[in-house]
Amino acid sequence: MTDIYLDNNATTKVDPAVVDVMIPYFLEQYGNPSSIHKFADGVARGLKQARQQVQALIGCEHDSEIIFTSCGTESNSTAILSAIKAQPNKKEIITTTVEHPAILSVCEYLEKEGYTIHRMPVDKAGRLNLESYKKLLSDNVAIVSVMWANNETGTIFPVVEMAEMANAAGVMFHTDAVQAVGKIPMMLQDTKIDMLSVSGHKLHAPKGIGVLYLRRGTRFRPLLRGGHQERGRRAGTENSASIVGLGKACELALEFIEYENTKVKAMRDRLEQGITEAIPHCFVTGDIYNRLPNTTDIAFEYIEGESILMLLNKAGIAASSGSACTSGSLEPSHVMRAMDIPYTAAHGTIRFSFSRYNSMAEVDEVLKVMPGIVATLRKLSPYWDGAGPVADPEKAFAPTYA
Amino acid sequence: MWDYSEKVKEHFFNPKNAGAVVDANATGEVGSISCGDALRLTLKVEDETEVILEAGFQTFGCGSAIASSSVLTEIIKGMTLDEALKVTNQDIADQLEGLPPEKMHCSVMGREALQAAIANYRGEEWKDDHEEGALICKCFAIDAVMIEEMVWANKLRTVEDVTNFTKAGGGCASCHEDIEAILEKVLAEKGEKFDPTAAPVEAPAKIAAVKAPLTNLQRIKKIEEVLESLRPALMADGGDVELVEVIGNTAYVNMTGACNGCQMAAMTIAGIQQRLMEVMGEFIKVVPASEMAKLVNIEVA
Repeated sequence: MTDIYLDNNATTKVDPAVVDVMIPYFLEQYGNPSSIHKFADGVARGLKQARQQVQALIGCEHDSEIIFTSCGTESNSTAILSAIKAQPNKKEIITTTVEHPAILSVCEYLEKEGYTIHRMPVDKAGRLNLESYKKLLSDNVAIVSVMWANNETGTIFPVVEMAEMANAAGVMFHTDAVQAVGKIPMMLQDTKIDMLSVSGHKLHAPKGIGVLYLRRGTRFRPLLRGGHQERGRRAGTENSASIVGLGKACELALEFIEYENTKVKAMRDRLEQGITEAIPHCFVTGDIYNRLPNTTDIAFEYIEGESILMLLNKAGIAASSGSACTSGSLEPSHVMRAMDIPYTAAHGTIRFSFSRYNSMAEVDEVLKVMPGIVATLRKLSPYWDGAGPVADPEKAFAPTYA
Repeated sequence: MWDYSEKVKEHFFNPKNAGAVVDANATGEVGSISCGDALRLTLKVEDETEVILEAGFQTFGCGSAIASSSVLTEIIKGMTLDEALKVTNQDIADQLEGLPPEKMHCSVMGREALQAAIANYRGEEWKDDHEEGALICKCFAIDAVMIEEMVWANKLRTVEDVTNFTKAGGGCASCHEDIEAILEKVLAEKGEKFDPTAAPVEAPAKIAAVKAPLTNLQRIKKIEEVLESLRPALMADGGDVELVEVIGNTAYVNMTGACNGCQMAAMTIAGIQQRLMEVMGEFIKVVPASEMAKLVNIEVA
């Protein structure tokens, strides 16, 4: 059996069709899109087509609302910093406790500069309370930034509704949609979302290319100045090959979006059901009724995630974990802590994220090895005794806290 | 993915002495579930000789935590308790052919469990002597709590102070923003304000405004002085540095003791170089003495 890749929320394989459309932009049409000669005369057309392909996938009204950036993180930083620069009198930002660091670190930094950051908590299933959200909206808020779907659990936030609420209160709304774009259908022109971030490498385009959707008329201040590219909103010579690749990837994502929500979802469901039936003391985290079709995040109690990943890797299976040890920090994932998942489980969470390249045969292979891996590690765990957890694990094993 | 050594992988995939020892007469439990690491070490000690006959571990933790536990049990089996008390976390890391800096705390946890188990056997109470924080300096594996404590204890005010006292920030320098954040926090607690240009706490061996270039003799003396001031930090890790020769603005040094062959030796040399340049106000290149031999040979040839 060849290796099985179930870490598609981290990054994806570049679709071979995407690579094919990119190659000519390295070897033939390598001219600067701004130049007037035959090495460049096809580039502008390629960029225009890519812009339209992205536009079709996210359903925005104008292709000029698409700004190509270097990655999702740049799009996120641009959105937030633009909102505060354009509205210098507004000193509050609303976000959530479970955002990606690309948002949270920027907010933390702005907090030091004197901004008030409202980080909305989530419940045990990772859901937001819209009543409390409504109360936070005011004239002092420069921007609301809420992710469309969570990268760890796949939980989907009601961003369309939240954008309506922000708009009614006269507040700008941004969503980090890097996990959602290409996995769930969207029609931005029917929403009040002002800005939205896309990352190419999450949808089978290469790394190093992203998009910031900017609704026409939204007040904007560029992050990078220094050229007329992207209509002066993002200076720097266009990454033409990657832009064209991203366009192709968006076209394919649109083509496969139904497949994603039927076939890919069926693989995810089968894996999740198989694991929770075969292995005691494990549970699925997040809002299982409202999440991405490709993601499942399962907490295996009393064992640690990095150890699980190492054994999975040995079996040729790639996944990821919210354990502290995989990141080098001391705390388990902030998303697991926000959902109040106990430490004994939070360190043992494993995320399996699928793509259209996976198959049911791979699901069966994972189901074959997973129970053995968990049993092996539980045998070593001081919280486990024979067939089950030790009685009252927190008390039975109470080490001196180092 | 971590760059684990083959030895770490070997002990992780085939752990030795996993599980609790039956009829154990010593138990040590350390770790913190919030940090995702917890270790119970059980020993069977022969009462007359105090020799460790058997050792077993149960670990909730990552690959290197399990490997550290496993290798620890192998190291201590057959030792007397007094011998076992001399086992350091560096011994554990060495047996594993090294650990990534972020994972050194796994070896610390092993040593602590051992000390706790021996204290338990002797009817003493073992107290953990340090709290661990988020890793700040990846070059020298210094965590936030350690830096905070040193800032409090020694009234440190600048990043340079922190580097002088803890080594943190003396390598690649990419953690300086984090160190500044710690300084800002601690100084705010003390009602002071962080000033990046504040004078160093200890007047170091610094000559104010060097006007004329140093003579070679002055330079050598100055370099010796700076090395002397850095020596305590190196010796704390069981290492030392020796000045071999100064040619122009290049200082040739020998890293001795634990510094010799240490993976961090290059970092340490970079740190020494930075410190020399700061103090002397001129460009100084620090090079291992082994490089000098090559140079001399070339000149002779």
